[in-house]
Amino acid sequence: MKSTEQVLAELQSAFPGAGVTLLVNPSPSAQHSLLLAAADALPVAAYLRDQLGYDYCSNVTGVDWLDKETIEKVKTTRTVAKQVDGVELSVEETVEETVKRVEPGYLEAVYHLYSMKHGPSDPHPPLVLRMRTANRTDSVELPSLTPVWRSAEFQEREIFDLYGIVFKGHRDLRRLLMWDEFEDHPMRRDYVDPDDYEYEPTPHDEVLKRAELHSAQAPQEAAR
Amino acid sequence: MAVEPDLKIELGKQGVFVTTLNELYNWGRRNSVWPMQFGLACCAIEMIATTMARYDLARFGAEVFRPSPRQADLMIISGTVTKKMAPQVVRLYNQMAEPRYVIAMGACAISGGPFKQGYNVLKGIDRYIPVDVHIPGCPPRPEALIHAFMTLQKKIEAQPLTGDARPRHLDANAQGEFPVPVPAAHDLEPPVNRLVWPLPATAANTGESA
Repeated sequence: MKSTEQVLAELQSAFPGAGVTLLVNPSPSAQHSLLLAAADALPVAAYLRDQLGYDYCSNVTGVDWLDKETIEKVKTTRTVAKQVDGVELSVEETVEETVKRVEPGYLEAVYHLYSMKHGPSDPHPPLVLRMRTANRTDSVELPSLTPVWRSAEFQEREIFDLYGIVFKGHRDLRRLLMWDEFEDHPMRRDYVDPDDYEYEPTPHDEVLKRAELHSAQAPQEAAR
Repeated sequence: MAVEPDLKIELGKQGVFVTTLNELYNWGRRNSVWPMQFGLACCAIEMIATTMARYDLARFGAEVFRPSPRQADLMIISGTVTKKMAPQVVRLYNQMAEPRYVIAMGACAISGGPFKQGYNVLKGIDRYIPVDVHIPGCPPRPEALIHAFMTLQKKIEAQPLTGDARPRHLDANAQGEFPVPVPAAHDLEPPVNRLVWPLPATAANTGESA
């Protein structure tokens, strides 16, 4: 029985300096995951398969993390020139400032690994790997793990199709579900579907908004 | 011109069989509607059940599911039509010979159903090809498909052979080929065939308040 922490320790001793970090899951399930740096992912994945017995990749999926904007109020102390009783003095003043920080978003690929080799006598708990792209727009490349786990082939194609992560080293990276001419990535959070809301007999919530927007934008169609 | 039913019965008692060409022709057509053998999603399972012994669509003359559009009269759109599949469905419909009919089976085929607001599902196949009978349900039971089939039979029976309401195959000027949508960068192009599916009047698009 190996926990994710133990796997991490083994990886760190086998690949000193490699970019492998533990992402802690604070929920009761405590299913932690390993975040692989894109540059070191392939040898680490091969080691997981060959040395640690993670020979079955059951599931690959994508996550779209938008830019995270945090607004914080920070108290800063600075010296301000002030007139006190008609005398020019420099006074320390505590000012509350609002600081806006933007953490850039990224696309993430998540791999779920199991060990078929280690049976009930030496059970290996499932292992979760993650890889993250540099951003969501122009640098969306990740190394493909299909050379290590063949079962990732179609699922990486699906992620490429729906999230737009480009897997380097994938042998046949084409769209899987949408047609080849399609240009968008529909599972991204900022995907806007085509405006075909001209006929909504039972509109509600989001659909109602889109239908109203459509009829406001296309009055010539409404007149027909 | 139809024969009066009372007169027909009376003559029948005397051993005289009277009919019209129209009636005879449509009687033959409605009792040998051969559906095309293709299924799109889970509704296809119900369609298959309808043809099996328990529900037995053969009672209505539709036992022969033809695996070729050239030999089929009826297209049962049994299930979700994805935008990727829609061009193929329209092309198959184009390849069918007249007279041809379409039953849109289930919530997805008539409107997109639970996937209506999805990015990949067509909001009803009636946007591209003329549909004769719509059946709601998710999926409709075999009885519902049989009901749709009987509705179609009634429709065929009522078709006159002359005049404006005559079926398409007797009208040389009728539109026979329907444009196949082309997959484009964001959606199918065109997203709807207005000749087949004119915009239905709703409170929103006629400018009235609901």
